[in-house]
Amino acid sequence: MTAMLNVKDLRAFYGQVQALHGLNFSLNEGSLTTLLGANGAGKTTTLRAICNMVRSTGAVEFQGAALLGRSTENIVRLGIAHVPQGRGTFTAMTVEENLQLGAITRRDRSGIVADIERMYDHFPVLKQRHTQQAGTLSGGEQQMLAVARALMLRPRLMLLDEPSFGLAPLIVRDLFKILGKINREDKVTILVVEQNAQLALEIADRAYVIETGRIVMSGNANEIADNEDVRKSYLGY
Amino acid sequence: MELFANQVLAGIATGAIYACMALAVVMIYQAIDHLNFAQGEMAMFSTFISWQLMQWGVPYWLAFVLTLGFSFVAGIAIERVLFKPLAKAPILTNVAGFIALYSIINSCAGLIWDFTIKQYPTPFGSAPFLGSQLISTHQAGMIGITLLMLLGLFFFFRYTRIGLAMRAAASVPESARLVGINTSWMIALGWGMAAAIGSVAGMMIAPVVFLEPNMMLGVLIYGFAAAVLGGLTSPFGAVIGGFLVGIFENLVGTYIPGVGNELKLPIALALIITVLVVKPAGLFGRPIVKRV
Amino acid sequence: MSAAEEIVAEGQAVEAVPKRAMTLGTGTSLVVLAVLLLVPLVVKNFIIFQMTMLLIYGVAVLALNILTGGSGQFSLGQSAFYAIGAYTSAILMETFNVNYALTLPVAGIICFGAGFLFGQPALRLSGVYLALATFALATAMPQLLKLGYFEKWTGGVQGLVVEKPDAPFGLPIGQDMWLYYFTLAITIAIYVASINLLRSRSGRAFMAIRDNEIAASAMGINVALYKTLAFGVSAGITGVAGGLGAIAVQFVAPDSFTITLAIQLFLGMVVGGVGWLPGSIVGAAFIIFVPNIAEGVSKGLSGAVFGVLLFLVIFLVPHGARQVAMVAQQLVGKLKK
Repeated sequence: MTAMLNVKDLRAFYGQVQALHGLNFSLNEGSLTTLLGANGAGKTTTLRAICNMVRSTGAVEFQGAALLGRSTENIVRLGIAHVPQGRGTFTAMTVEENLQLGAITRRDRSGIVADIERMYDHFPVLKQRHTQQAGTLSGGEQQMLAVARALMLRPRLMLLDEPSFGLAPLIVRDLFKILGKINREDKVTILVVEQNAQLALEIADRAYVIETGRIVMSGNANEIADNEDVRKSYLGY
Repeated sequence: MELFANQVLAGIATGAIYACMALAVVMIYQAIDHLNFAQGEMAMFSTFISWQLMQWGVPYWLAFVLTLGFSFVAGIAIERVLFKPLAKAPILTNVAGFIALYSIINSCAGLIWDFTIKQYPTPFGSAPFLGSQLISTHQAGMIGITLLMLLGLFFFFRYTRIGLAMRAAASVPESARLVGINTSWMIALGWGMAAAIGSVAGMMIAPVVFLEPNMMLGVLIYGFAAAVLGGLTSPFGAVIGGFLVGIFENLVGTYIPGVGNELKLPIALALIITVLVVKPAGLFGRPIVKRV
Repeated sequence: MSAAEEIVAEGQAVEAVPKRAMTLGTGTSLVVLAVLLLVPLVVKNFIIFQMTMLLIYGVAVLALNILTGGSGQFSLGQSAFYAIGAYTSAILMETFNVNYALTLPVAGIICFGAGFLFGQPALRLSGVYLALATFALATAMPQLLKLGYFEKWTGGVQGLVVEKPDAPFGLPIGQDMWLYYFTLAITIAIYVASINLLRSRSGRAFMAIRDNEIAASAMGINVALYKTLAFGVSAGITGVAGGLGAIAVQFVAPDSFTITLAIQLFLGMVVGGVGWLPGSIVGAAFIIFVPNIAEGVSKGLSGAVFGVLLFLVIFLVPHGARQVAMVAQQLVGKLKK
């Protein structure tokens, strides 16, 4: 199985403060991986470093292409969609415009129109609100919009930063079900960063646990979920 | 009552100048979230270029189009060379940059074309419009061109991909990058468009105020005021604002005694500020909820 | 005005200057003071006059630093307060024969009042909107000064001539030199008072408002009071500078106080380093001397040369003289090791 994303000795810095101390991990094509850890462990920083949104050193390779020298928008154009923390919704624009923006780098008009319809199938509530200003949607709806927007890129790799944040448990379950579906049916490799470890481990194949900028544990998701010591020490349950 | 109606009409006619300028102001605001003090000078310089072309025998509309193209490219060039390096600098430093640009352009124009007033032609003639003593054909033409630009901008932002991308880059730059938009180039494009629109404003205004390097100062201030009054996020508001400023100015001159030309500007500004105090986002601007 | 309806200012337009970086180190301060004290003893009168103007503009820029760098309110209208101060002094001296020194506190108080009053409607404005409002004030001022109604006091378009004072107690110093040291004393007093103001509770309130107005108000800071206070203090100091300016130049006229002055003071603030009080004098030096240099380089293109020099400065040190001082400090630190 080929590695879609290869991260070697990734270090990231916010000004003088070092947030990541040499991460090493890789994602296999078609896998759904979760990156777990407590607040401030460096999960968000890892995703941001992959997209060159924070000063980093080391090597990040996506399907053979080196990422760290490229601008964020060029990294995205390689096929990596990043759903940031807080969703990053274009609040002043309509739901449909948000989806169109997801596909702004694509040229295939009819494909884009078809994909928008598919998003409405995945997330019917978006269809209901498609002419509404995105800022008026609820948290859960904005999260769905953010995921849909990311999918409009037809990405090979999707990065999600704490998609469960601030959402009611039932909505999170639905969301994760959809993520699983996208991973299996659309063959999108997914890396999801989560604080809600239990749910993430239910849908993931592999898991990494990060603590203060270092990976302290890695393995198959169900092994980690079954390992009570790991759960208690690192995941809080 | 007839005097009032006449003054309003006349105000709309002069207001077309401000509406035109205000469109350019809003355009740049959309791109860089700030007002560019040098925009008037850029418009003035473009107008001089068009004048020079006509001096060399180029017919009006060809000179117009060439100047539009030149201004677009020049706007992008100025942004890339002078303001991209300042992108990470504080806003106030950027403002100092605008002031420096103003100084440079004004000085160069003065050297190249000197400060004597020049006549500038209008393609619309200056006969009374439809027999009215208050609006000339040129002013009507100016209003027409302004409305056309407004329409063009509306379609551009609403219905084109690049217009959507520009709006996205201006509103949430980080998310724009995350969908693959090169936000840096969107800013450059905004400058180019603002420069082009400004050049149209200059070429429309010059027949009225006569061509000389300091012709745009008053116009720019009124243009700012109009844009702010209309709401900086709304091109439509900018145009309405422009007409309103023209009307204010005329009414103030007519009805408030002892007000000569010099006091018109501060009074108009004072009125606008009063409106702002009541409606801080301007008449058509979208008040943004501030998140802590 | 509920927090939810407030209009967003453009992010954080003014960045914070950390407390310990707020002044020059003791050593540097003493050196600067020595220079300021001793140089006038060895130079010609005209240079002394220029140094006096340097101090005066430095005080005006300092006032703007308190307003913008301290409380985050963007003002392009300082020339209006400078004008009010200048005319107050001139009128008091020429029409009412008040001693020049006494006119300054009066100018300061009147301008404080003017600034405080202006700060009220300005409360609802911020960012570009406030800039426009202050701009309106600055453009209005020369016109107001020319108005017929006030002519018998202001001298209308021609303005007023002011008599330069002699040194007191019959001291054997020339007028220029006496005025210089008088101005220097006032400058130092204002500088020290301003540093203390920014370090005090009020100063912290200003800076809290600058950094995050909603949070400040949520913490119980009376935002309205402090914002208008900042305007008042800044205007008052500018008024004192204006008064000194009137005495030094010996002349006040409406067209001396146009928007150009306001823009120059703004540039002085940026070049000196926004919010960094010691930089005010560097900024003042820039706005006094660089235009002369530009004209020396090319009479016809003096504006362009000025613009180019200004660009050079902001490209090299976007944060103004403060940046230079910080770099110098780091170098000195490295040398010490």
